[in-house]
Amino acid sequence: MTARQVAQLQTETDTTSVPASTMVRCSGAWTVRGVAPVEARLATLVSAAAGEWVIDVSAVSALDTAGAWLLHRTKRALEQRGATVRIEGLRSEFSTLLQLITARAAVAEPVAPPKVSLLARIGLQTWHSLLNLSGMLAFVGESAMVFLRSIAQPRRIRWRPIFHNIQTAGFEALPITGLLSFLMGVVIAYQGADQLRRFGANIFIADLVGLAMLRELSPLLTAIIVAGRSGSAYAAQIGTMKISEEIDALRTVGIGPQELLVQPKIIALVITLPLLTVYADVAGVFGGMIMANAMLGISFNVFLDRLDDALRLSSFLTGVIKAPVFAVIIAIIGCFQGFQVSGSADSVGRQTTVSVVQSIFLVIVADALFSIVFNWLNL
Amino acid sequence: MSTAKRVSLASDAVVEIRDLHTRFGKAVVHESVSLSVRPGEIFSLVGGSGCGKSTLLRAIIMLLQPVSGSIRVFGREVIGLSEEEALPLRRRWGVMFERGALFSSLTVAENVGMVMREHTQLSKPLIDEVAALKIALTGLPADAGAKYPNELSGGMRKRAALARAIALDPELLFLDEPTAGLDPLSASGIDELVKSLRDVLGLTIMMVTHDLDLLWRTADRVAVLDKGQILGVGSMTELSRMDHPLVREYFYGPRGRAAREQAWKKK
Repeated sequence: MTARQVAQLQTETDTTSVPASTMVRCSGAWTVRGVAPVEARLATLVSAAAGEWVIDVSAVSALDTAGAWLLHRTKRALEQRGATVRIEGLRSEFSTLLQLITARAAVAEPVAPPKVSLLARIGLQTWHSLLNLSGMLAFVGESAMVFLRSIAQPRRIRWRPIFHNIQTAGFEALPITGLLSFLMGVVIAYQGADQLRRFGANIFIADLVGLAMLRELSPLLTAIIVAGRSGSAYAAQIGTMKISEEIDALRTVGIGPQELLVQPKIIALVITLPLLTVYADVAGVFGGMIMANAMLGISFNVFLDRLDDALRLSSFLTGVIKAPVFAVIIAIIGCFQGFQVSGSADSVGRQTTVSVVQSIFLVIVADALFSIVFNWLNL
Repeated sequence: MSTAKRVSLASDAVVEIRDLHTRFGKAVVHESVSLSVRPGEIFSLVGGSGCGKSTLLRAIIMLLQPVSGSIRVFGREVIGLSEEEALPLRRRWGVMFERGALFSSLTVAENVGMVMREHTQLSKPLIDEVAALKIALTGLPADAGAKYPNELSGGMRKRAALARAIALDPELLFLDEPTAGLDPLSASGIDELVKSLRDVLGLTIMMVTHDLDLLWRTADRVAVLDKGQILGVGSMTELSRMDHPLVREYFYGPRGRAAREQAWKKK
């Protein structure tokens, strides 16, 4: 930056006269990019305020609102400390600017956002959590009502979005679900093979892989993948629609957003997630089978024979029965968090994150509850 | 910058477009558009929806790459400029987008202050004060500064967007539909604001608008755009005497007539 592009300042104090007079000579460019160097010096000048002050601006080459504001602010601060201030050498175009600034200065005070104390913040947070909880309950109730209504009037079910959701949440998730489940089967067989070999119980690898995958791992894994893939997408989609007022627009044309946006997602996911789980079962067992062959030398035939003995229908069903419950959790949380979005792009990101965290959390909690119930029932 | 400096620029145009061609895929947006904006004037682009007004604006502010032609801003060619080379140029102009485009996670005051914080070495208190001043200059109440964009009405949001656009005291201001979606009262407030910005701060203003009232009240020169070509450039009075059927329809349609009559009454 050359000397001409920055603001400059010189002061001369005449102590012989009474009252003492100070001359401030301003020069250079008093612009938003140039005034930074003189800002601090003006502040120290002001602290020594007394007597008569003359601010000479005849050598100022450029003045913009930031520079004019600095002049105005200095003059005001000096006057508040009892000094008299005169601005000299103001060019006509600068003086209109300074007048405008002076006129607007009264209303131009920065307003600090209100400070909230810790206690108030805790209270606020608790209140929001409670509101969130009751909102969630209301949302679940509303979803149930909409569902009952569409059972009474099956024509109101919107099939197109249901099929569309089955495709995006289910069919398009096949590769990733299959791959991860396959790898999960490989890992379990790999970890188990070593242990079983020590006891000479090689064949039980089929029991291990089959039961672990069918009862626990593939329903859980599939639900977590779908929560991450589709639950987040639901939250983001509905949230963005809410910001752009599309949700309000739907209401005004007499289409319930629940009916169009939420219900098809729930139905689609309740259909899709069990199917994905079965697919994951197959992929996981296949992974374990390959590993058993490679590490323990168990042929596919022997493995499948043993699998037939090890698994009962109930082993399969206890896994698959969880999937619709997980599906409802994921779809409802995703949609609910989408509706919680308000105002900013920030909020979309936040609620999407919350939706994934909450739905994975609740899926695991539900899985634990299932284990307890199955234990009681001796399944 | 100073008015004095602007006067010395008077001989050459602030924005100079020569033979500009723009395309979106196969659709031709501009065909051989040429125009120039003089220092200190309020220049407006008008034309029907989809005639390429906003696209032209986006090409000038380097958000869109034209196919061929030349755009010079402050005498510098902007087409093919690297990000680094573009920065000094970008600091000299301010842009107000049609829908405000305020950063939704920041308050209005932070929106305005952010630009200053990024490009100047001013202290935080001074930045806050200047931001409050800019907010006051656009006619917003002082408490608007602490609000978030989604808490503001449409008109207030436009004013806040304008406050951000003038945060760095630009020499050139681009306004995309400054009055679209506003009630007549807010819109006429914007008219006054645009004029006073030019008169007091000495800005050059280039705007895109449909608003005939705004045009009659503020624009020094107007370019009529249709199907990617410029039909005519001139003051509103000159344009209203033009023979081109489309221009006539624009100015002598029922709304055009009302706005014109009102403008004459005021004079």
